[in-house]
Amino acid sequence: MTTLTDPPKDQFRLSMLIYDTRYRSATIQVIATMAFMLLVAWIISNTAQNLAALGKPIDFGFLREPASYDINQRLLDYSSRDTHLRAAFIGLLNTLLVALLGCITATIIGVVVGVLRLSNNWLIARLMTIYVEMFRNVPVLLWIVFIMAILIETLPPPSAFRGDDPASSMILGHTVALTNRGIYIPEPLFSRSLGDIHLLGTFPLRFDVSLDLIVLLVVLAGGLFASAHIKRRADVVQEATGDRPVTWYYRLGVVVVPILLVLIVLGFHLGMPALQGFNFQGGTHLRNSLIALWLALSLYTAAFIAENVRAGIMAISKGQTEAAAALGLRSGRIMSLVILPQALRVIIPPLISQYLNLTKNSSLAIAVGYMDITGTLGGITMNQTGRELECILLLMLCYLTISLVISAVMNWYNESVKLKER
Amino acid sequence: MSDVHAHTVAFVRDTMLEQKTPPLSSVGPLGWARANLFSTWLNAALTIVSALFMLYVLAGILGWVISPTWFGTSLGDCREILAAAGRDGHGACWGVIRERWIQLLFGFYPSELYWRPILAFILLGVAIAPVLFSDKVSPKLMWFTAAYPFIFPWLLWGGTVWMPLGAAAGFVIGFFAYRFVSEKQSDLLGIIAGVVAALIWWLVLNGLVTGALSSILPIGFEPVESRRFGGFMLSITIGVVAIVCSLPLGIVLALGRQSDLLIVKYICVGFIEFIRGVPLITLLFVASTLLNIFLPPGTDFDIILRVLIMVTLFASAYMAEVIRGGLAALPKGQYEGADSLGLNYWQAQRLIIMPQALKISIPGIVSTFIGVFKDTTLVSIIGLLDPLGLSNAIRADSNWNGIVWELYGFIALMFFVFCFSMSRYSMYLERKLKTDHR
Repeated sequence: MTTLTDPPKDQFRLSMLIYDTRYRSATIQVIATMAFMLLVAWIISNTAQNLAALGKPIDFGFLREPASYDINQRLLDYSSRDTHLRAAFIGLLNTLLVALLGCITATIIGVVVGVLRLSNNWLIARLMTIYVEMFRNVPVLLWIVFIMAILIETLPPPSAFRGDDPASSMILGHTVALTNRGIYIPEPLFSRSLGDIHLLGTFPLRFDVSLDLIVLLVVLAGGLFASAHIKRRADVVQEATGDRPVTWYYRLGVVVVPILLVLIVLGFHLGMPALQGFNFQGGTHLRNSLIALWLALSLYTAAFIAENVRAGIMAISKGQTEAAAALGLRSGRIMSLVILPQALRVIIPPLISQYLNLTKNSSLAIAVGYMDITGTLGGITMNQTGRELECILLLMLCYLTISLVISAVMNWYNESVKLKER
Repeated sequence: MSDVHAHTVAFVRDTMLEQKTPPLSSVGPLGWARANLFSTWLNAALTIVSALFMLYVLAGILGWVISPTWFGTSLGDCREILAAAGRDGHGACWGVIRERWIQLLFGFYPSELYWRPILAFILLGVAIAPVLFSDKVSPKLMWFTAAYPFIFPWLLWGGTVWMPLGAAAGFVIGFFAYRFVSEKQSDLLGIIAGVVAALIWWLVLNGLVTGALSSILPIGFEPVESRRFGGFMLSITIGVVAIVCSLPLGIVLALGRQSDLLIVKYICVGFIEFIRGVPLITLLFVASTLLNIFLPPGTDFDIILRVLIMVTLFASAYMAEVIRGGLAALPKGQYEGADSLGLNYWQAQRLIIMPQALKISIPGIVSTFIGVFKDTTLVSIIGLLDPLGLSNAIRADSNWNGIVWELYGFIALMFFVFCFSMSRYSMYLERKLKTDHR
């Protein structure tokens, strides 16, 4: 008769915490946690001691005090009597503005350059290589100050536009003035404007929404919807009969005609910049700092995007092009239907990080005096109030939020173009 | 079918035709130009437009660069020289480079001590040679490479010789503690003992021992303050230190991020994502204003040291992501193969995983290096005199007030040379380490 005995039960010994792989990971984790907590506690206690010695405990109250400095390039109304919070908000909008503009132009330039680098025209391909190497191997800060210097040094001063026989004149049919104080472009105006909605009253984060803009956007969305509907109808007809009805003028019409009507009803006209006194008045004034930052960031990031695009296109095997050609597709359709959809999967992840880089590099605005969030919150506000800890914390928080939002949006897009494996 | 075909063929040629030379339009320079420049009408138009554009730009730039102003002593002087040469004001003023290039290289470092940074950078070349060109240089030099991190700051900052020796002693002590304990006990205990021993040495004993030694035997160089550092010397110092320190830190962070230990993993993920989410400039603000607040009251760190710490942390987060990419690209079989050989975690990493992962991530690592080196220009914003900061200082001189392009052009050229050679080196390394036989 056999007796069933339990397998010998391991007594837990202290040394098993180190020698037994089952427990060792727990040991390491506990030690790591403790070391980490100790480090954090050490830093916090040091900070508390130092701040107490300096006599400034952490306090965000300074955000409600008047900023008493001016911001020249701004999207919303702001005066020096507004609070530091408002100044930071205006700065944040400026950061977002330059990041958005930069991402758009960098993508366009980058894709064009990346495709042209693969061109079978030897000269074009070499020129694009020179462009990419030139921008990739020189610091972006240098490009920013360089372009700023070009704008200031080479463009004529506003006074050159004065007189009967001016030394320089406005370009594009007397609508755009390039001066060393910035570029003046026409601004859209409405003579029968519907007015603005003031949101958030007198709160520092208040902003105005133009009703004209809302109406225009609604009409545009309606037009696009109608156009999509016409396209679907044409698809149905094509499915049924094999002939595709010519619809492009309907589709163009439903988008353009309502917009034109709304513009006429609202009394749309352009406010032209005109020389008055020592400077141009009217129109929209794009400051040199904005243009230098925008141009430099776009050109710099475009060089990196071009490399990503090139790598993405080269990653698609030549057999794909040949197979598509064998099916009788024309080269344009091969690109748009076969190559690009596959290349996008390779291109988009690095593109996301280029957008992030561009947004973060926009913090170099401080070098040319563009008042982005680094210039307002991390620059003048910090120096005026002496609240380094609070300002830098808020600054980092802003950039972290922007980065996370960009990567979330782009990852979502990346998911949607990803290879669907079923 | 086939015999129908055979019957319909009326004539079969039985001799070969003579070979003809290819048409003139497809061989030689003409053929090359036809194929590469003028293959279609669009291509021809593009070629002509871009060639004209290039000629226009080159004519402008060359006309400006070639200028007889090398010995000009001020901007006004340069203008006179140009006017005397009959070129009303169009031309570079190279006198500023002749007069100030030493300053652009060394900042305000005392001129009688220039031999120290020069020696330091020559030795830097010697120290990295066995790493960069391992097939051409004897591996015995690795000993010098290991010692170099202690020689480098001593040469630059000067001070007593016992300081770098004391710092190095910490590593030696830590290593021996690790060896001793890991032989007697386990690996894990050994690592802990090594770290603790080294920390005790650095934090407690080192100060006492080096203080005593330097009062007995005061050997050393004349110390140089950090605020006299500047120019490319500063850029290269920050760049090299950040690059060298960020690689091991990045490897540790990448391993931490891939590890099964949940808490360790999340600490690493949090650190990496935080650093990657904020611009370097905010971290430099931390270095210039906050780092002293985070440290025990009374600590006054040198500003360059603070910047070095923050730039290193910044670079290591990026490095970690690059190396993580390399780790993720390794086939799972490599990990399983290491396990099946009975290797423990560190052995597997050192002998099997890391060499391959690092090889895969060479392009990424080098572009991170280049990025870090370029980002060193940002320190001009917090007031350090890197080349860009110095260019402002030079323009403040009334002789050179108004000089722009020459300085920026010179700085850009220097950066281009450094970064371009780094990227070429990475291509060489990739080719050298390529083991797949395609």
